[in-house]
Amino acid sequence: MPEPVSFFVDGQPVTAAPGTIVVDAAKTVGNDIPVFCYHPKLDPVGMCRMCLVEIGMPQRDRATGAAVLDEDGQPKIAWLPKLQTACTTPVAAGMHVRTTTDAVERARKDVVELILTSHPLDCPVCDKGGECPLQNLTMRHGPGSSRFVFDEKIKLEKHVPLGDLIYLDRERCIQCARCTRFQEDIAGDPVIGFDQRGRSLQIVTHSDPGFDSYFSGNTTDICPVGALTTADFRFGARPWELKHSDSICTHCPVGCNLHLNTRRSGVAGDFVIKRVMPRQNELVNETWICDKGRFGQHFATSIDRLTVPLVRRGGQLVEATWDEALAAVAARMQAAPGAVAALAGERLSNEDLFALRRLMEGTGGRVALWPGAMGGGDVVQQVGVGAGTDIARASGDTAIVLVATDLEEEAPVWWLRVRQAATKAGATLDKSRAQLIVLNGRSTTADSCATHVVRYAYGAEAASVTALTAMAAQVRAGQAPPAGVTAEIAGAAQALAAAKNIIVFYGRDGLGYAGSTAVAQACANLLIATGNGGRHNSGLVPVWPHSNTQGAWDMGVRPSGLGAAEFAADAAVVIAAGADPLGDGEQLPGSTFVVAVELFATLTAQRADVVLPARAFTEREGTLTSGERRVQRYYPALPVRGQARADWQIFSQIGEQLGLGKSPVSAAAVMLEISRSVAHYAGINYQALANVEAQWPDVGGSDLYYGGTAFQNNGGLGVQTPTLIERGQAVAALAVAAAAAPPEGLRAVPVAVLYDRSTTFVRSAVMGAHIPAPYVELNAADAARMQVADGARVRLQVQGRSAELTARVNGRAPLGVVLVPQSLGGLVLHSAQPATVERA
Amino acid sequence: MFIEILKGLGTTLKHSFQPRITLQYPEEKRPVRPRFKGRHELKRYDNGLEKCIGCSLCAAACPADAIFVEASENSDAERYSPGERYARVYEINMLRCIFCGFCEDACPTEAIVMEHEYELSFYDRASAIYTKDMLLVPPAGAPDTPQQVAPGSFNRSIPDMHNPD
Repeated sequence: MPEPVSFFVDGQPVTAAPGTIVVDAAKTVGNDIPVFCYHPKLDPVGMCRMCLVEIGMPQRDRATGAAVLDEDGQPKIAWLPKLQTACTTPVAAGMHVRTTTDAVERARKDVVELILTSHPLDCPVCDKGGECPLQNLTMRHGPGSSRFVFDEKIKLEKHVPLGDLIYLDRERCIQCARCTRFQEDIAGDPVIGFDQRGRSLQIVTHSDPGFDSYFSGNTTDICPVGALTTADFRFGARPWELKHSDSICTHCPVGCNLHLNTRRSGVAGDFVIKRVMPRQNELVNETWICDKGRFGQHFATSIDRLTVPLVRRGGQLVEATWDEALAAVAARMQAAPGAVAALAGERLSNEDLFALRRLMEGTGGRVALWPGAMGGGDVVQQVGVGAGTDIARASGDTAIVLVATDLEEEAPVWWLRVRQAATKAGATLDKSRAQLIVLNGRSTTADSCATHVVRYAYGAEAASVTALTAMAAQVRAGQAPPAGVTAEIAGAAQALAAAKNIIVFYGRDGLGYAGSTAVAQACANLLIATGNGGRHNSGLVPVWPHSNTQGAWDMGVRPSGLGAAEFAADAAVVIAAGADPLGDGEQLPGSTFVVAVELFATLTAQRADVVLPARAFTEREGTLTSGERRVQRYYPALPVRGQARADWQIFSQIGEQLGLGKSPVSAAAVMLEISRSVAHYAGINYQALANVEAQWPDVGGSDLYYGGTAFQNNGGLGVQTPTLIERGQAVAALAVAAAAAPPEGLRAVPVAVLYDRSTTFVRSAVMGAHIPAPYVELNAADAARMQVADGARVRLQVQGRSAELTARVNGRAPLGVVLVPQSLGGLVLHSAQPATVERA
Repeated sequence: MFIEILKGLGTTLKHSFQPRITLQYPEEKRPVRPRFKGRHELKRYDNGLEKCIGCSLCAAACPADAIFVEASENSDAERYSPGERYARVYEINMLRCIFCGFCEDACPTEAIVMEHEYELSFYDRASAIYTKDMLLVPPAGAPDTPQQVAPGSFNRSIPDMHNPD
């Protein structure tokens, strides 16, 4: 850590790390220098001139170098003749900054006056009005009147769709470039930019479709005026009318912290989620969220939610009371002791999973995670990343390894943070870049900033990690990498051997449960061999398919590795909680009594004998455990729909009917039970999860110029569960199960896409245009051989199942591989399979 | 004491010959003063478009929280007000309203005006909530909203103002 430097702001002594810019340093002592274009996450550009201050340095004698003193014996300050931008000036030892002089005040007045010459006065209809940095700074620093003629205000287009999600109001734009800098530096999707210059300067998009980025919504948050608005929230409500509830995103294992802004809506006056804002958690999502999280919450208030319990009578599902429905389930379970199979969907919170496991233990039944497409949760408990790991700030001594994952599609905010570590493009004092090693069977976005890209053949995922581990050990022992390996692999081995910290992300790209379990063990062996498992800034991160898969493993609910029919083969009662095996193309034995605990009338719910309506995450309390094993708490935001009950309530009430003890009174009480019976959840309770501490940068505090009020985190930063290594236990490397020999010929490989047709996401109408029709990706050579052109209809056949899909020939699929995106409505694949493709 | 009684009776006698000021309400009604603050009306422009732009500032200014506004977006095919924004839902709970007139002051387009109707009584609480169609004045001779207009003809929410001469 370099020596901090001392300097003075308005005579007040301040210390800051060298390289800190004056705006940030002044903020640490409560001096809010006004800014528009500066954002603490972005490199400064000094475009808006709002942060002008007086800066001086102590005078030194040219001959001796000693400080020149004035009459009072104080060092004489040589003030720079012109005002300086505080956002581009790094602090220096002994520097003096004046922020309240007449010259500074006048400069601020002039800048506001100039910005307002072409800014419309439509605050009453502007979505930013009420939380607008320009509005606030005009009130605080503005001149109150203008010397410019009002009639000469320029008028520009007010309704310019940049894409179908983001709208631009050209005359409100103050050309601060926060949005374009975010897209270029943070998101890595430079799809918007400036066009023309001077008064004609305007934001344009140069992608087709417009503003094609998974992070586009963040630009509306950091826009210091109302120039960028989202299609979802446009004119939805004024900011001061919204209620805030803290929540956690349920779409992926990152566990982004959210604010749900709710309000009554319409003549009926139902509460709805008006907008979703990121909530600052510097170790999880900083102040960013992806568009899936921002626009994908509409399922919670969807009109087709189940609201009353349904019981099958005379072949029809009819409405029933809770007592009838629970009694019906309990009676069936009592009649078939030990013959109950529960499929726990990955929607369930830790409390739900724990209550379900308790119920199954009490009745001698069995429970499995569904669909359970990925394994390795036990390995993550051993060698997962250590407490306080900060991916985005990983520096040059860290190697980040991505194995079998397309991180941007599976966990966009992790990708954003990994990219940050690998490029250090935003505002960061530590510019040394982490080594990014990408192992995949195909090209992904991560290749764009990888230092080493290793291509394996599908089927050789675990083997390639094991080989790399051995090679890194050789390099570490002073040997050269064996001859015959490519420069990329040798480079990767050298980077791994040199790295002090290693963070490994593993996923399920082209893999099923068995394959991903092997990859997890291979990655764990890599970490154990290099001594990098389960410690600060080092360890394993699973890119789970859902938000609480890690929580399920922690609660003792694991995938069975079997299909639904085999798992439930001899069961008399099947409980499908948030699981839809029929929708996933599986079958359930015809004679079983099926209980569906669901939000929606899924195929399984339609087949069920009892349907119990569950509460959405917006209507209840609970906790989710992210891939980094951070247990995070969400809070109720909306009134309960109909008679829905929380899943943990439903399971413990069934248990109550079966004489397994009284149902706990609250989710917090369930968490207390969890902390007593799950070793690594010891000490985790709802109070601990709600703890917050000051974070840097300070956004959403008393000053509103960094962004909206919603960023402030008052709901808790969450608690990371300790790994086995952190609990002082030794972890040994285990043998990796050998992968089955890859099938000959053309192979269909399951891959994940962000915008899919999952039960929850498909209900966001605003995202409808972004969810593609089912498609497959073909290699150009394969496509030419099959005479299939890009965009043509093809028939894909895998193991006797077939589907007609659109072919895409876009250079991503390797030779002999058909990429089959999952959850789009096409074929469900559990691993790489031999396939045939022909023109339809 | 006798004199005082006579004095009092004299006052009564004097007033019985003066003009009567009691009004036979509700048959007779006294006109209110021009600045009387009665029930609100939502005004229109001469072309029939609503002045209200759904900005919700009246609701923000209301000390009794009597006003609920929910905005939505205009299009040229379905135009309610000039500019992009209009009030999709506009409700005033007359049981809550204290007739202070802050809503009038807050309105940037002079859309909400407290007029002279003061006979506000209800049989139940629900009917005390005045909805947008009850508050909106009828379009005098102009087409009702939503109107279909030529694209680009009403792209400003707030009418152009000029520097005072």
